[in-house]
Amino acid sequence: MSHAKSTTVEVRLPSRLGYEKVAMSTAAAVAKLMGFREDRVEDLKTAVAEACINAIEHGNRLNECLSVGVVLSAGEDALEVKVIDDGKGMKCLPPKPDIDKKIHGEEDPRGMGMFLIQALVDEAEWVAGVNGKSSYVRLMIRLDKVAE
Amino acid sequence: MQSETKSRVDQLTSPAGHPVTVLRFEGDIASTSKDAVLGTYQALPKDSVRLVLLDFSKVDYINSSGIALVIQMLIEASNSNQKVYAFGLSPHFTKVFTMVGITKYAGLFPSQAEALTAL
Repeated sequence: MSHAKSTTVEVRLPSRLGYEKVAMSTAAAVAKLMGFREDRVEDLKTAVAEACINAIEHGNRLNECLSVGVVLSAGEDALEVKVIDDGKGMKCLPPKPDIDKKIHGEEDPRGMGMFLIQALVDEAEWVAGVNGKSSYVRLMIRLDKVAE
Repeated sequence: MQSETKSRVDQLTSPAGHPVTVLRFEGDIASTSKDAVLGTYQALPKDSVRLVLLDFSKVDYINSSGIALVIQMLIEASNSNQKVYAFGLSPHFTKVFTMVGITKYAGLFPSQAEALTAL
């Protein structure tokens, strides 16, 4: 990608479940242009979809008058994705899901979105907005991550 | 916007002679898939169905809400002494199911033939 140094793509989604797939497809297209491996593109798609679902459901509380902003910034060796909503943001991250507790009814079967985001990208940061608005999650996925 | 989840039930017999109930899904598996996923499973006769095989080979998109539906199915299956297995997941969703621990309660196989051989 010859102009990758400062390429930015922005998408604005309605706060309606299902539209996360628009952000997912856009992120995948940008990542492919940057030369990401197919498995990393799949990781990014799931992380972006989950970030958008959180923004639609919890940030904007399914209020269709509000939109979710998705800003993709393609650098030379990494793609940064910001998913912005009008919620108050996260005060603390939920604990890692425990499948045994879920199966035994000690934990809600849901609540895996943030865990998946953290597990699938190189960096994930939740930032509460000033005055309780414009909170965002920032994801970073790097090209050619060295296998651990 | 989400593609509707379709589901179908097939009755097969494994090479070892065990009856296997196959739940085949098609489309997206998300929060809107409750009837197609849980409803289809709950309509199975609990007293006669012992082995349940989930077919994801025609599923393109599964999100965390869809995974939660699969976990709810596993909870009900565990309470009914049923064994659940799955096949046809893409490499990515095989990784995701492994990450969230589903593989501890539902064995994953690449194909229907490999699943049936193991049952």
